[in-house]
Amino acid sequence: MPFSSRIYIRRMGFSVVAALLGTLFALPLVWFFFAPFNARAELGLAIPAPFTFANFTTVFQNTFAMQALFNSLVQAFGGVVLVGAAATFAAYALSRSSIPGKSAVTYVLLLFSSVVSGSAAMVPIFLIVSAAGLIDTHLAVILVFAGGLLPTAMFILRDFIDAIPRSYEESAMVAGASPLQAFFDVALPVIRPGIVVVVVWAFVNIWGSFLIPFILLRSDSLMPASVAIYSFYSEAGTPIVTLLAAYSLIYSLPVIALYLFVNWKFGFRFFGGIKS
Amino acid sequence: MKKFSLLSTRAGALFLAPATALVGVFVIIPFFWVIFVSFTNRTLLGRTALDPDFVGLQNYFALFNPATFFARGQFGFSLILTIQFVLLSALIGQALLGLILSWLSQTVSPSIKSFLQTTVIAAWILPEVVIGFAWFAFLDYDNGTLNMIMRGLGLPPGDWLLQQPFWVIVFFNTWRGAAFSMMLFNSAFQSIPPSYFQAADVAGATSWQKLRDIALPLIRGHVVTDLILITMWTFNVFTPFLLTNGGPSYRTELLSIYTYRIAFKDFEFGKGAAVGVVIMLINLAFALVYLRLAHKKPVEAE
Repeated sequence: MPFSSRIYIRRMGFSVVAALLGTLFALPLVWFFFAPFNARAELGLAIPAPFTFANFTTVFQNTFAMQALFNSLVQAFGGVVLVGAAATFAAYALSRSSIPGKSAVTYVLLLFSSVVSGSAAMVPIFLIVSAAGLIDTHLAVILVFAGGLLPTAMFILRDFIDAIPRSYEESAMVAGASPLQAFFDVALPVIRPGIVVVVVWAFVNIWGSFLIPFILLRSDSLMPASVAIYSFYSEAGTPIVTLLAAYSLIYSLPVIALYLFVNWKFGFRFFGGIKS
Repeated sequence: MKKFSLLSTRAGALFLAPATALVGVFVIIPFFWVIFVSFTNRTLLGRTALDPDFVGLQNYFALFNPATFFARGQFGFSLILTIQFVLLSALIGQALLGLILSWLSQTVSPSIKSFLQTTVIAAWILPEVVIGFAWFAFLDYDNGTLNMIMRGLGLPPGDWLLQQPFWVIVFFNTWRGAAFSMMLFNSAFQSIPPSYFQAADVAGATSWQKLRDIALPLIRGHVVTDLILITMWTFNVFTPFLLTNGGPSYRTELLSIYTYRIAFKDFEFGKGAAVGVVIMLINLAFALVYLRLAHKKPVEAE
């Protein structure tokens, strides 16, 4: 039947276009998945022959590179703990307490957090951190990220808590629990999936970001991987490609793992609206 | 039943305190401090670092000086460059491409769909420095993947980062950010009852007709949300710095990169702060529109 065959051809056309677009998107990254395993990797695309883990061994033996990964971990961990804890408490208060003007609080926070971007506020953030004597410390990076990520984290968690029936805590309190017990023993376990989402989101943001540590840190010993990666250059100023490629892959692994975890656990749409 | 609050006002205030302190110090104070610093001649080093003078609107006059406004490496040049960058890479690039990617995903087979979604999302989730480096290799003149393909197709290779730096960052940002729009439109399309499309299929509608006459009118709200969010993000994005450093000769110096250079390379904090204020004002305009639209839809329960 000509009618159905036309539909069939159209369907085929769509599939070809989709596969082509998918390939185009993959192209800039193909190199990145081959070079780490090639002991003679250059900027050109080449199938590793032989396939080797030698580059990774070099990275693991480079104390500076490993220190930088550890620094990333310290900063991301510190930031995540602060964001997770402060956002949970604050979101619970915004959802369950009778503080006057609490919907205005959320609105104002969201407004400020979208207006005060890293690029607009780099000067005052640097000045505040330096006035506090915190330039070139892990703490500075952790605090700045916590402040920046909190409004969105609170917003997400508040939505999450609002969706939980109040009767959970109410029945606990009828049975004699104090408000604090109701929060820690009843509400917190129910909110946990929301906290996981916020924590993963904050981790990926801090782990991947460049500008804030780039501005606030000076010593090599404190640099996170995102900044340290720029020191893998030879004396002549050309990148040491083998090292860079292997290091980039190691550095990307936590992000890839977390993506797969969130995707498996919640589906990625959860993540969609909240990356900034 | 009377609703009693589960948390007293006092306990609530206590719960809010840590977040309020952090956001106050690192988000709200910077907002006012940047305005204050923009009226001074504060520098990083020297006498004016400790004891800056109040210079009134001098920094703003310097930014908007008509004699140099449009010159390369000046504020006006960066501002116009950033506007072009947003129009091309966010509004046309990310939004339109995201729409196409999402619409295609709805019709193709599951395996092609997951391949397409995976590659698009990979571009979006990998850390920005890794992406910057991967693109640097991709665009390398002698060996880069792009020129390898160009030569393979019998086309002349190009030294893209030197010859077309602006178009490089436009394509770069489109590629990097299309995933967000795609996912937003994915969930928008899924909210449309399938029976609408089935009815159109029975009537023999083409895919384009279904998109134009059924899907797009129904997801208008999502489209507006998407456009505003990606405009704000692209306007503030710093990532192209990792690919081009703002060069060659300022040709990719977006406002965010310009601020960085003025404040942290030339150490003119006062002037850098003035640029920050202009960026914030533009952000504010977009944020107000966005919050207004976002607030209108779900009427708050309490």
